[in-house]
Amino acid sequence: MNIQPTFKLTTTINSIPVDAEIETRTLLIDFLREHLGLTGTKRSCDMQICGSCTVLVDGKPVSSCTTLAYEVNDREVLTIEGMAQNGELHPIQQAFLDEYGLQCGYCTPGMVLATAALLNENPRPDDTEIKSFLSGNLCRCTGYFPILNAVRRASERISKEEG
Amino acid sequence: MLKPFVIHEPQTPHQASELLNEYGWDATVYAGGTELLLVMKEGLASYSHLINIKTINEIHTIQLVEDDPTLRIGAGVTHRTIETSPVIAAHAPLLAEMERSLANVRVRTMGTLAGNLCFAEPHSDPATVCMAWPGASFELTSTDGIRQVLPDEFFIDLFMTARQENEIMTAINFPLLPSGTGSAYRKFVLLERPSASVAAFVSVTSDMITSARLAVGSVGPVPYRATTAENLLVGEKPGEDLYRAAAEAAASAADPVNDLYGSVEYKRQLIRVLTRQALQQAFERAMGVERL
Repeated sequence: MNIQPTFKLTTTINSIPVDAEIETRTLLIDFLREHLGLTGTKRSCDMQICGSCTVLVDGKPVSSCTTLAYEVNDREVLTIEGMAQNGELHPIQQAFLDEYGLQCGYCTPGMVLATAALLNENPRPDDTEIKSFLSGNLCRCTGYFPILNAVRRASERISKEEG
Repeated sequence: MLKPFVIHEPQTPHQASELLNEYGWDATVYAGGTELLLVMKEGLASYSHLINIKTINEIHTIQLVEDDPTLRIGAGVTHRTIETSPVIAAHAPLLAEMERSLANVRVRTMGTLAGNLCFAEPHSDPATVCMAWPGASFELTSTDGIRQVLPDEFFIDLFMTARQENEIMTAINFPLLPSGTGSAYRKFVLLERPSASVAAFVSVTSDMITSARLAVGSVGPVPYRATTAENLLVGEKPGEDLYRAAAEAAASAADPVNDLYGSVEYKRQLIRVLTRQALQQAFERAMGVERL
């Protein structure tokens, strides 16, 4: 079995089924931004260090800058555009807003999705767990404390909603 | 933009090797892509054929082979799976500890342990741990057969290993540590990858060190065993002076390079400190003072 340089990708992006004729060399970030116009996903370091391009694939965080779009065939991708529902911010987004967990906002989509991945698998992380999980997402504005507060608050809200 | 390529999806290691035989230098093994895609994006390498070994079902398991007893980690297993595996936590907690601090969670989600080892980046965390792990071996498979290679034969130079062009790494074997053996992995990281790292394994019987294995990584092209330091330790009683002497020997044995990660002298000092810390922690774990 081989996949030719141009092939048909079948995937789900933000709960919407997507079929697209793309090249095997297409990076996930370019598929999202250029083919689908989902420009919320940001490219920054382009080498998996900064976390700005974080998206979730089947709930797990990946750097879309260094992942082939081919990898999301038959999988579910969540980008920042899929977080708000019916015009309402996701509780994680609201927590970032309430705690001033952003300034310029460039790292924020990645921060929010990394937080979503963390809370998916560990709804009540302690500070060490939060810092460890988010250590690969860089922010040059906030100094991180407001982000830490935002994740704590998001965790409390989500646990309360579900509790 | 990357140059165009075909992605192959072999079902068995044999098929993967056949593809490597067929396409030679124009093909490469592709798993997590966390290292490969970086160099391809930089234009440092390009291939017309990527052999995606993730489609080989048999390489995705972590097995406890009871007779030896050995942990066999398939080449398709990601760092994150090792980090969170209950089998690893129960039988080889040092591996989970090492994985927990490797790069970041996104790299660990996509990247595989075998891919890291085969890429042979000089600042590899797993390479240092494998080098020191008593009896660790790498299973390489090709159309010619299967062979086991020891870490010190495997790592040849920077980005260069003993893996032949038509071989794929199919598994990594970690014999379980006997009781009375403690292990530790210490590193110093400024960027994503360590400036220096030390792995230590020590066995203690009635307050006496019966065996010691020390590996130092990230300071040169490949990790090295600090054998002079190991010899100093065996037959002695654990203690601060002994750790210091061994740390000095490990630092003297280093041949560090000046680079972005630090100067030669800086790296030597890191090795001293990290070796002492790693030995102390390994001893405490061997004696059951600290549970890993």
